[in-house]
Amino acid sequence: MHDVAKHDDSKGQYFWVWGGLLVLTGIEVWLGYNNRIMSAVHMLEVLLILSVIKSALIIGYFMHLKFETKLMRWLLVISVTACFVIMYFFFFPDADRIIKYGVQ
Amino acid sequence: MAEATIEHDSVQHGLPGEYEAPLFGAYSKKVGMWLFLASDSLTFGALLFAFSYNRIYTNPWPTPFHAESIANATVMTACLLSSSLTMVLAVFAAQRRDRAWTRNWLLATMIFGTAFIVLHGMEWSKLITEGLSIPGFMTLLGVAKPASTGELADISKNVPQFSQAFFGLTAMHMLHVTIGVIYLGVVAFRKWFLPVLGVIWIAGALLIPSGNVFHYPVHVLGLGLLLAAVILFLKPKDYDSHDVEVCGLYWHFVDLVWMFIFPLVYLMSTKV
Repeated sequence: MHDVAKHDDSKGQYFWVWGGLLVLTGIEVWLGYNNRIMSAVHMLEVLLILSVIKSALIIGYFMHLKFETKLMRWLLVISVTACFVIMYFFFFPDADRIIKYGVQ
Repeated sequence: MAEATIEHDSVQHGLPGEYEAPLFGAYSKKVGMWLFLASDSLTFGALLFAFSYNRIYTNPWPTPFHAESIANATVMTACLLSSSLTMVLAVFAAQRRDRAWTRNWLLATMIFGTAFIVLHGMEWSKLITEGLSIPGFMTLLGVAKPASTGELADISKNVPQFSQAFFGLTAMHMLHVTIGVIYLGVVAFRKWFLPVLGVIWIAGALLIPSGNVFHYPVHVLGLGLLLAAVILFLKPKDYDSHDVEVCGLYWHFVDLVWMFIFPLVYLMSTKV
């Protein structure tokens, strides 16, 4: 299947990843039901960290990026991340201003 | 112009079946799909950033999702995660050249995907009936007049950013899942999938009542049928393990996007 990037593919690891993803989803739902234990901002941070871990598992294992060549792996990850960082700079300073000074 | 002749070490001209070595060590279809997914991730990234921006500057942000909605969204998440596992198993079967199991696992993936769409559609219909709507847009779609009082109707009137962001983001994702199910059907069953898709489309068009939000959008299936028919008749082929892996990449991406929509849209707007 993988023309150049060969790796040891065992089915078991995909079941573990699937189980891990379900457990992480369970933690997220538990946090959703108990959202009073932390502020909305902290909740957002925790949920985003969990989402990034889940997406890394999906991209790395299910989408097999972990087993591709280094060039493809880094080129994709760096370019997409760079675009998100640019979006972040575009949106969030203004959002921060709105939090401090209100909509004007 | 002798100097215009350029020698390429990697290209051996004149040898049948020899091509330039791939830059990324992967076949071109896979690289093409990765590039498409990278660009599509920016589309969803922009929508999620816009949602987060609305979320930050709107105070107080509505929290219309109660225990029932969260339970429904959790089941939808489990469906998508399980569909990713069955998709991986389909790729394994395709690598073994086991056609029967490739088809079976792809069918299981399609069933999970369809369950996701149906659950999402039911939830949309319920929210709209209870008053959540985008002013003007729902009239355009011919949706029956929703409730004008109640929690969700108040949200639509006072914080329209919520319903706009919610429907915009989830509609875009639902469209991707629908395209994914059609893509899997084409790879798994080829021409035999077309009549099935046609029957589902016609049944949907006849059975979904005119006041329902999906009365017109169901014709996306007709468009999908047309595109699939053109592709299958112009270039009929027996899809191999590479094709299964490439459609798997698309499917996992749809799952990946939901991993951000679920916490940001649902769990951050919860009142239990």
